[in-house]
Amino acid sequence: MTLTIGRMEAELRAKRDAGRKLLVPYITGGLRGWQDAVRAAAASGADAIEIGIPFSDPVMDGPVIQRASQLALADGATPVSVLAEVRDLDVSVPLAVMTYYNTVHHPGPLRFAEQLASAGIAAAIVPDLPLDESGPWCVAADAAGIETIMLAAPTAPDARLPRIVARCRGFVYSVGLLGVTGERDQLASTATSLAARLKMITDVPVLVGVGVSNAQQAREAVRVADGVVQGASVVRRLLEHGADAVGQYVAEVRAAIDE
Amino acid sequence: MTERDVPERDVPAAPATLMSEPSDTGRFGEFGGRFVPETLVPACEELEAAFREAWADTTFRLELDALLRDYAGRPSIVTECANLGRQLGIRLLLKREDLNHTGSHKINNVLGQALLAKRMGKTRLVAETGAGQHGVATATAAALLGMECKVYMGAVDIERQALNVFRMRLLGSEVEPVHSGSRTLKDAVNEAMRDWVATVGDTHYCLGSVMGPHPYPWMVREFHRVIGDEAFRQCNERLGDVPDLVVACVGGGSNAIGIFSGFVDTRSRLIGVEPAGGAAVERGQPGVVHGMRSYLMQDEYGQVLEAHSISAGLDYPGVGPEHSHLASIHRAEYPNVTDDEVVGAFQQLARTEGIITALESAHALAWIIREAHTFPGATVLMNLSGRGDKDVAQIMELLEL
Repeated sequence: MTLTIGRMEAELRAKRDAGRKLLVPYITGGLRGWQDAVRAAAASGADAIEIGIPFSDPVMDGPVIQRASQLALADGATPVSVLAEVRDLDVSVPLAVMTYYNTVHHPGPLRFAEQLASAGIAAAIVPDLPLDESGPWCVAADAAGIETIMLAAPTAPDARLPRIVARCRGFVYSVGLLGVTGERDQLASTATSLAARLKMITDVPVLVGVGVSNAQQAREAVRVADGVVQGASVVRRLLEHGADAVGQYVAEVRAAIDE
Repeated sequence: MTERDVPERDVPAAPATLMSEPSDTGRFGEFGGRFVPETLVPACEELEAAFREAWADTTFRLELDALLRDYAGRPSIVTECANLGRQLGIRLLLKREDLNHTGSHKINNVLGQALLAKRMGKTRLVAETGAGQHGVATATAAALLGMECKVYMGAVDIERQALNVFRMRLLGSEVEPVHSGSRTLKDAVNEAMRDWVATVGDTHYCLGSVMGPHPYPWMVREFHRVIGDEAFRQCNERLGDVPDLVVACVGGGSNAIGIFSGFVDTRSRLIGVEPAGGAAVERGQPGVVHGMRSYLMQDEYGQVLEAHSISAGLDYPGVGPEHSHLASIHRAEYPNVTDDEVVGAFQQLARTEGIITALESAHALAWIIREAHTFPGATVLMNLSGRGDKDVAQIMELLEL
């Protein structure tokens, strides 16, 4: 079987192999100022950007991203409007979307994958779609050239992880802790222990996300992992201070993980 | 369905052919499944294995049967409503789940899950609740079995069900108000799942209906099967036959699935009554939320819509996956009734029979009252799933307006 490596994975592998630690900020699509925040993040050292398509019932998200999702929905954001706005972004880093499975299921996996591809999206993360239910989506995503980023959880037994990484495209999303997205005082020990387990079995870039809350914690995580995803800490800055604060924060994390 | 004599059977009954185990992936037809974050997959697998093993273990079954008998007060009786039946021109029987300890059918499932959780070595229960009936039942089981318990409840529901909130706190449980989304049952489920994602090592999620990821819809049905098994036997003794209709209210659908399980392989018509503002089967489309694929009220982009019902326990935009399956194969029907019809039924039962029903169960009665003229002389078995004490303050306010 030939394995075609997509744009997200190719770019992240190349940077990783050149010795760079990877930084992927998350921004809720449709939230006021979100396009400027994406541009600011891209200009400040992000290697890829994860764009949330807001959903009414985000079970993997804590208070900050829940609030951002609700605000975006109240402002009229839809999958169609967010993807239309993605076309105007004009950033050079690869983009992933993060959304919940009903957003995929409703139009159907084939149609949704095509919508992503035609908006220029490289990859997708669907946190409530575990490996065992991912078949129909993965078939559609593969056909449309969308890389499916699978999540690996700290609770996964050793036998499950190889099956997850085998189905992973783009990067492996190593879930940093038992819990939902949100900022924590300390990096959980599971963040580095799971990343280490994954690094032993895969060459696909391993990024830690969920509970990586600041530059210091990002630096701790990349001692083991290839990079980090940062969500709540980014979105909180967009909610409180606007797009410029997102750029400053991404630059701060970039500097910390480059040290 | 062909008409035939229904053989007597022992309890527990052999699995009914139309309501047997779901598939390996937890499907009832095309509904169900296990759409949860990766973090919860091992916990769901562990729960499925533990339930399968316990359910086949006579010791577990005897222990649960003893609790249901000596603690919950089973079997629940069947009451014939001669006055209301005469008014409606039908024969009306009520399966009295309202007389169980804690006042509803919810205790059947909760005792089963709490015993199972304890057997699995869990020390803490989390639960969601709408009207508070499942929350009270879970708090009760936690008190009885010495477990820690936290109940998530929408802020809107906390306001309209103050009595049940106080009962849960009296029983030693923590009640956590949920302020996200519609601040009702749907959001309480989200918040309970978020808690479980973070605490899965020592905590069991005691889900209150035949919904959620596999194995919940199947497991919760099996714990409520006792309603249908008893009712089948009681109807056979009293009528020498099955009823023409079996009617129950449906939010997630646990009391309905319980009573349907006793009659699904007979000629009885099965009716699950939804609130007009939460009519998942009639107005929804297949969707995925709360771990399952099922009929779901959603907008044109798949955003889940808020349900609106006078009854907090039915204020839910989805429905259990096995109900979606029974609807899709046309074995059960899922009509809906309005809030006004429900309030009317609530009052009519109180005045004619001296029974104050829960607003949830009043949905089933409202449909019977509205439709009785279409089945004159029929024998109708209704599941009176809960008692109405908790709703009296709300009704008082409504009727004084």
